[in-house]
Amino acid sequence: MSAPEIEKTDLVTVTIDGVQVSVPKDTLVIRAAEQVGVQIPRFCDHPLLAPVGACRQCLVDVPDAGNGRGFPKPQASCTLPVAEGMVVSTQVSSPVADKAQQGVMELLLINHPLDCPVCDKGGECPLQNQAMSNGRGESRFSDDRNRGVKRTFPKPINLSPMVLLDRERCIVCQRCTRFADEIAGDPFIALVERGVQQQIGIAEDAPFLSYFSGNVIQICPVGALTSEQYRFRSRPFDLVSTPGVAEHDACGSAIRVDHRRGTVLRRQAGDDPAVNEEWISDKDRFAFAYAQADDRLTYPQVRDEDGALRPASWPEAFTVAARGLAAAKAAGGVGVLTGGRLSAEDAYAYAKLARVALDTNDIDFRARPLSAEEADFLASHVVLTGPGAGGVTYADLESAATVVLVGLEPEDEAAAIFLRLRKSVRAGGTEVISLAPFTTRGLAKLGARLVPTAPGDEPAALRALAGELDATAVLLVGERLAVVPGALSAAAEIAAATGARLAWVPRRAGDRGAIEAGCLPTLLPGGRPVADAGARVDVAAAWGVDALPATPGRDADGIVAALVAGALGGLVVGGVDPDDTADPAATRAAIDAAGFVVALDVRRTEVTDRADVVFPVAPTTDKSGTFVNWEGRLRPWEAALRNPASLPELRALAGIADELGASLGFRTVDEVRAEMAQLGPWDRTDRERSEPGLSGTTKPPSEARDDAVRADGAVRLATWKQLLDNGSLQEGDKYLKATARTPVALVTPDAYDRYGPTVTLTGDRGSMTLPAEICDDLVDGVVWVPANSVGNGVLADLASPGTTVTIAGAEGVHG
Amino acid sequence: MTDVLTPVLTDIWDAEQAWKLATYAERGGYAALDAAFAMSPDDIITAVKDSGLRGRGGAGFPTGMKWSFIPQDNPKPKYLVVNADESEPGTCKDIPLMMGNPHVLVEGVIISSYAIRANKAFIYIRGEVVHVIRRVQAAVEEAYAAGHLGKDIHGSGYDLDVVVHAGAGAYICGEETALLEGLEGRRGQPRLRPPFPAVAGLYASPTVINNVESIASVPAIVKNGAAWFGAMGTEKSKGHGIFSLSGHVRKPGQYEAPLGITLRELLDLAGGVREGHQLKFWTPGGSSTPLFTDQHLDVPLDFEGVAGAGSMLGTRALQIFDDTVCVVRAVLRWTEFYQHESCGKCTPCREGTWWLAQALTRLENGQGSEADLDQLIDQCDNILGRAFCALGDGATSPVTSSIQYFREEYLAHLSHGGCPFDPARSTAWAGTEVSA
Ligand SMILES: Cc1cc2nc3c(=O)[nH]c(=O)nc-3n(C[C@H](O)[C@H](O)[C@H](O)COP(=O)(O)O)c2cc1C
Ligand code: SF4
Ligand code: SF4
Ligand code: FES
Repeated sequence: MSAPEIEKTDLVTVTIDGVQVSVPKDTLVIRAAEQVGVQIPRFCDHPLLAPVGACRQCLVDVPDAGNGRGFPKPQASCTLPVAEGMVVSTQVSSPVADKAQQGVMELLLINHPLDCPVCDKGGECPLQNQAMSNGRGESRFSDDRNRGVKRTFPKPINLSPMVLLDRERCIVCQRCTRFADEIAGDPFIALVERGVQQQIGIAEDAPFLSYFSGNVIQICPVGALTSEQYRFRSRPFDLVSTPGVAEHDACGSAIRVDHRRGTVLRRQAGDDPAVNEEWISDKDRFAFAYAQADDRLTYPQVRDEDGALRPASWPEAFTVAARGLAAAKAAGGVGVLTGGRLSAEDAYAYAKLARVALDTNDIDFRARPLSAEEADFLASHVVLTGPGAGGVTYADLESAATVVLVGLEPEDEAAAIFLRLRKSVRAGGTEVISLAPFTTRGLAKLGARLVPTAPGDEPAALRALAGELDATAVLLVGERLAVVPGALSAAAEIAAATGARLAWVPRRAGDRGAIEAGCLPTLLPGGRPVADAGARVDVAAAWGVDALPATPGRDADGIVAALVAGALGGLVVGGVDPDDTADPAATRAAIDAAGFVVALDVRRTEVTDRADVVFPVAPTTDKSGTFVNWEGRLRPWEAALRNPASLPELRALAGIADELGASLGFRTVDEVRAEMAQLGPWDRTDRERSEPGLSGTTKPPSEARDDAVRADGAVRLATWKQLLDNGSLQEGDKYLKATARTPVALVTPDAYDRYGPTVTLTGDRGSMTLPAEICDDLVDGVVWVPANSVGNGVLADLASPGTTVTIAGAEGVHG
Repeated sequence: MTDVLTPVLTDIWDAEQAWKLATYAERGGYAALDAAFAMSPDDIITAVKDSGLRGRGGAGFPTGMKWSFIPQDNPKPKYLVVNADESEPGTCKDIPLMMGNPHVLVEGVIISSYAIRANKAFIYIRGEVVHVIRRVQAAVEEAYAAGHLGKDIHGSGYDLDVVVHAGAGAYICGEETALLEGLEGRRGQPRLRPPFPAVAGLYASPTVINNVESIASVPAIVKNGAAWFGAMGTEKSKGHGIFSLSGHVRKPGQYEAPLGITLRELLDLAGGVREGHQLKFWTPGGSSTPLFTDQHLDVPLDFEGVAGAGSMLGTRALQIFDDTVCVVRAVLRWTEFYQHESCGKCTPCREGTWWLAQALTRLENGQGSEADLDQLIDQCDNILGRAFCALGDGATSPVTSSIQYFREEYLAHLSHGGCPFDPARSTAWAGTEVSA
């Protein structure tokens, strides 16, 4: 396939209500009319769904179809493509079209309950709005003379634990069913019955369990679909809406935060054609209660002489923190673990604090299994890439002939990527190939080709696939590859050799921004290598300090080890959950061992409980910030809520730095943004000049795997986090939780026959017992479990991903 | 007088075991097959075009032209689908035809499939008529056994398999795209067009959908020639067709005659309207075609003649209503049918039929005023031509035409405070003593 040709759009000229307009061919009349400023009323039409022409609300008159002849009857403008010379008269200029529309509207209302005063949608309802703009003022159906009898239904019914349906309000436009079928690929809702009894329904044993179910509530043009979470909580006109960016993954999905008197009541998908189009996952939509949970930190705390944490004023906390960190610095140094959820501005503040106030490069955002190979990969293939700078974009996914997924399960780990891939696959444009241990539900919905790959075998599988790749392919590598020796290097090597484009997809919203901001032991802000003297001078000059620490620092594992060994004296830690880290027990031990710990978090955690000074920090709703998504695209947002007591990390860090006598030079997000802009990215020409030796910190990794003789019951552990699991940011919404997939261990048919319906897995960190489910194409000798759906998660309770665990039947546990 | 009839499809009906292959073969059945195989598929299409055969399922689309729309360069398989869903109130031609002469349909299916180069054909039969389904299944089995179906038919090298499919009981599944949905195992609702079935029909492959009678007419055209067929009928409506007379006639039944015959002639054949009564109104082509009255006795029953008089030839389902029948009552019954059968997809039909039924019920009960009649007409105007498919359009036909011809009768309900008719008088057993 040759490189995409320059798009030649054939324009077609039509006349709508007397106004000529030229639009690309195949444009639907309803959208061409928008170009001349005419809004044709519509219900079933949705620009991202295939046309159905069901509601008939959008009827227009077509006196000339472009061939000199007109249509004898009004046409649905949402299904009619333009034709050269076509003449269209909408409700604006045609009494026939206007009457047809008013007639349809009147009919839509005869069986509608008109319970607008108690309906969630009232105030933002397309039916209500268009009944006003294109309907008749009074009903002829249920007036005094006619006393029409409406069709009624008992109400409501649950389509899923989260989504409810009031059938009376439904105008059966099929937007929801088309979304479920066309976009999400979860066609668990469908039309049932006929005539006025026609309704949306589910099969008895198959509720509408889709990771994307909330979108149907948003696109329902009436109040027929509601969420357990928001139903009856508010009226649209009482809400203030603030655009935001979803904080649950690295997709950078646009959202809208709807709040009332300081409380977030719901979140909607924002409309960003370049990123998430108009869709978000249920996690992005429904998981926000965590920020308003009872354990939210609202004031600083310091540890008293009696050993307990007590409230403190901000100045006192700054002083105590600075004093402790100064001592820790003297006692070997301070490590900085930032976690992966920071805004780029907050990450920048950590990066600067480490270098100018703590004199260290011991900083790492990776609160998860990691490797030095990964850090090199990030420095040489990820940082500073972005749209317009060689980075792969969502649009590129759509135009790629092939997208290869390695160590990435988009439906769970990057929902907007999943939907974009599905769109492209459905349009017949893209083939998805996945190097994974089995065909996941998500892969099945992408019609993906599975290259069966056990964890650890990715490098070899990639090399075997290389022959099929060329410049029309995109390679998406997930952060999980960090712990597969040689995998990221192999991906880079194959991309270079074949011309395939390469992108790295992390799991958390702050990961990519933290790299750009310098939260790595080897990278300063703007992608400047610590090892590069010129880069250091650059940054030191911009920061007005004499010099920056010159040696690359310890990574997160190194920091943990050094704390345990007593080589480091203290720790500054952001939102890190030990159970997410490579070795949860070691991380806990490190925190305990640390001479002094400053913790910053939104909520009380086991880490804040162990800290010496605790700073409350603002959730995304309370501050402005910027996420950098996997594409490298900046996704800035402004604060939705005003909460003067809720401050971003950068403000707390600035306060500590001041007390340490090393001012960061900023106190607000705006000041950080200005400074980051001023500093800018590292100059590429500099970069090329100093390329040799830049990433020479590690030897090329060996790909040799632990291929120990497989003892009876020994299996390799495949795992990743499901979209909905025990993640702390999903806490507080029981309905959302109820829609999560049931945790099971996926086993081969053979293993199922041997070990039965309940299995116990045992690794070097413990055991885990859960129901087994047969997975037909699971690679032999592999077991898959969800990473954080049972107990404290796989890393804490079982073993490291990719290692060998033993499987056994759990007698007596079931039945 | 009976020489106005042209029994072709119905000719065999009165034979002993007419539905058996042996009976059909005795009378020259399946002979057209060899004639067909001696022709090229395109020549058959041309012959059907030349004959002037127009679809017998209602719309009257030229059958040969429909076949020629099948893109022969499309690599996908081609399909023939026979529409045997016959569910329109009043329509009763395909069902007796399949009972009385199933083999003419099977032979027609073979020739038609050969012409469009299909190797698989489906006969979609209305689910309620189990006896008909059994009969057609038996005929297909017999045809297989006799080598008329299957591989290398009559040594021609042509293969054909026929599947007899039972519908699940919905009028809308007679609409051709809803039928395809049903055949594919989905909910019976019409599809958006384009793409048209000729391009992407069954399983997104090129598909011809024809009515039973259309397909059954093909063997005789092949055997006797296009000119023979074209000699019957009128200029633009050629050939023979089955006219089904039902209701208040002395000899109800199927009369196969050239298109263009009049109701007056047909009534003569059928012995006239029920003894002692006058013709009041009638449907020319089923309940979806606007009513006619005794003014229309001499309208030529061909596509142009009926359309010129403000209705449609439809399926030539002539339901005869005499002076005992209350038109409001009849129209309400039909409307209830449409309300029940509306598939629900589009607003005008789904909601409109719900409203029409309520409005007519009130009028039947003598409630309301003359203004309600205008509102009814206005409602119909908001449905006709606004619905997604012709079912919704058809629902308005009885309402608007009955108000056009019988406004006074509607008003009489209002002044009478209810229906002025005795419904018992219109029953078939009216005038006879009945006891429990
Ligand atoms: C509601 C509805 C019901 C129909 N029912 C039938 C039917 O039962 N049989 C039939 O042949 N055509 C029926 N039709 C017409 C078909 O859509 C189609 O026009 C016909 O099968 C084409 O065949 P022909 O060209 O041989 O007439 C129906 C149409 C509508 C709108
Ligand atoms: S529930 Fe809403 S979106 Fe779904 S068909 Fe009904 S009105 Fe349309
Ligand atoms: S007119 Fe509309 S609702 Fe009625 S049967 Fe056709 S598609 Fe269904
Ligand atoms: S918007 Fe066009 S038919 Fe519904």
